[in-house]
Amino acid sequence: MASVALTNLDPASRAAARGWSDLTIRNLFIIPTLVFLIVFNIFPLIYSLGYSFTNFAANRAEPWQFVGLQNYRELLSDDHIWSNFVITAKYVIVSVAGQMVVGFGLALLLNRSFPMKGLITTLLLLPMMMSAAVVGLFWQLLYSPSWGPINYVFGLGDFAWLSNPDSALYAVAITDIWMWSPFVMLLSLAGLSAVPQHLYEAAAIDRAGWWYTFTRITLPLVSPILLIALIFRTMEAFKTFDIAYTMTTQPTAELIAIRLYKQAFQQWDTGKSCALAYIVLIMVLAITNLYVKYLNKVKER
Amino acid sequence: MRKIVTSVIAGIGLALACGTSVRAQDKELTIFWAEWDPANYLQELVNDYTAETGVKVTVQTTPWPDFQTKAFTEFNAHGDAYDLVVGDSQWLGAGSTQGHYVDLTDFFNQHKLNDVMAPATIKYYAEYPGGSGKYWAIPLEGDAIGWSYRKDWFEDPKEKEAFKAKYGYDLAVPTTYAQLRDIAEFFHRPDQKKYGIAIYTDNSYDAMAMGVESAIFSYGGDLGDYATYKVDGITNSKEAAAGLDMYKQLYKFTPPGWGKTFFVEDNQAITGGLAAMSMNFFAFFPPLVNKATNPYADVTGFFANPAGPDGKRFAALGGQGISVISYSKNKDEAMKFLEWFIKDETQKKWAELGGYTCSQAVLKSEAFQNATPYNKAFYDTMFMVKDFWATPEYAEVLDQLNQNIYPFVVGGKGTAQEALDKTAADWKATFTKYNRYK
Repeated sequence: MASVALTNLDPASRAAARGWSDLTIRNLFIIPTLVFLIVFNIFPLIYSLGYSFTNFAANRAEPWQFVGLQNYRELLSDDHIWSNFVITAKYVIVSVAGQMVVGFGLALLLNRSFPMKGLITTLLLLPMMMSAAVVGLFWQLLYSPSWGPINYVFGLGDFAWLSNPDSALYAVAITDIWMWSPFVMLLSLAGLSAVPQHLYEAAAIDRAGWWYTFTRITLPLVSPILLIALIFRTMEAFKTFDIAYTMTTQPTAELIAIRLYKQAFQQWDTGKSCALAYIVLIMVLAITNLYVKYLNKVKER
Repeated sequence: MRKIVTSVIAGIGLALACGTSVRAQDKELTIFWAEWDPANYLQELVNDYTAETGVKVTVQTTPWPDFQTKAFTEFNAHGDAYDLVVGDSQWLGAGSTQGHYVDLTDFFNQHKLNDVMAPATIKYYAEYPGGSGKYWAIPLEGDAIGWSYRKDWFEDPKEKEAFKAKYGYDLAVPTTYAQLRDIAEFFHRPDQKKYGIAIYTDNSYDAMAMGVESAIFSYGGDLGDYATYKVDGITNSKEAAAGLDMYKQLYKFTPPGWGKTFFVEDNQAITGGLAAMSMNFFAFFPPLVNKATNPYADVTGFFANPAGPDGKRFAALGGQGISVISYSKNKDEAMKFLEWFIKDETQKKWAELGGYTCSQAVLKSEAFQNATPYNKAFYDTMFMVKDFWATPEYAEVLDQLNQNIYPFVVGGKGTAQEALDKTAADWKATFTKYNRYK
């Protein structure tokens, strides 16, 4: 019985005085969470799955009809949607790879003692504490070819980062790297500081080189936590909406989340957008599962 | 005991009676609109109504990008948070056929509004379907695409001379798109941080579509037959393609990074001294004549959208009508408000406050046309406007247009004809999906 596992109530406590059992108290804490989850997560999830098989449109008073797999068929054979997926994939690869390199690099630099380490670490964390929409608006100004400092500093003249169809997506990815590298840095730093110091000392005694120490000690011991950072960032990058939406309207930078938003809230094609949301969900789940499998393997080592 | 019960009941009754009488005095109306200056002018105007009748009227606003989403979320939920909405002209189809708007046909005929308001405003802000004689809104804020320009650049004798030498005619306010293009090219000097022209390119809502359709209409093209939904050979006609191609040519003379621009950026092009000419809706012109917001206010002029090669002249219509929301609990009170709103003196006051009245009498008056440097151009424009599709599926149609023309105009991919052929095909598929070809 579950209640057996719980420790007994302190007879002097107020709860005991009211005659509440352990079970009552446990339920008191769990039930609100469960109700919240069911009402706001599980129920809409199932409900929208139902919608995805209909031609329901939230702005129309007409009755909806069951259309079977038609929404899924149409979406999967739509070139526009596939190009959105390709754009999203490019974006995820560039921005997550950038964040891993920059974030882990910063963590390596910070993983030693130097003056004002605490202050510098805190300052480096600031970008990820800002609202993504605000970051997008600021970077839009930074990239501006007329008065933005980026072109001025790099001497790029009037190169239009966001109006150029070839560079818009990468400009957004760079912003995302700036914003979220600190997150990878923070996790890596936690991993790095957990590597036992005696391993490094032993390596030093054996006169192991920097590269050898890094690849044989540091990386293997930090990789589980790096993989967790990778999972989080991939999931987040896949659903990126706010930064990209505020920065550019280039079709070459139209991520799948933006297409989904347009379909759901501008065109009110509710049924089809539910189907698209499910396709996205399945893709994210598949990618995450691959990662988790790999993570377990790494942990076993 | 009985006495106590009786007195309690009497007390409750009295309290209820007082309560209802207080409520009757405290009647309130809420008007929903987008967040911009005209909404502030409207709030000022309706304060007079409150003073006259005691009915409190509040104008609630939300930023433009959210306006459509928020309004339709409320409609779809059959919410009564708003009693009236100043909705975009394209919403008429969805608003009327889906039962969100109250039918105002009787009100319209009773007050003979066809004679009171400018014909184009009735056609596009009030009537749906086109030509049906059914009305769903009262034209409130007239608006259309117009242009502002730098008078000092145009009147500089050196520039005039250089222009004449290069193009063989005098530098003046352009009357055709070809002249508009020449002038834009002439003033486009990136090395001096001076640029030819500012146009709309934002494709997240209808900004770029409004700019493009102004050119297409003036070139003699059309977006389709709004009555029969025929698009083949209309949407992708040679004239339409020429208009779109002209828009693309104009894009070459915009300031750098001009790929996501709407009214804010286009006004900045003037206030920042960047461009010689700038497209914008008339509703956004007031800050340009204000010294505090535009350092070049004294030297900023305005003109109406130029003509195409065959002398046809049109401009994209903006602007909105006010509709009563069918889920409102104060519909009677809302109708009373509309009766007050259409009075001549109210319309006159509306124009004085800065609103763009649609009342013919006010528009034609000398006082109105001379009130601001742009009112004359506004008057000229309001009699040559055309609008986008107003079908219930207009959002889908708009998105398809954006998807096809943006890569051509901003990205330089393909040709105008290809972009419009694709648009016509997409639109046909959409209209077929909604059974428009019965």
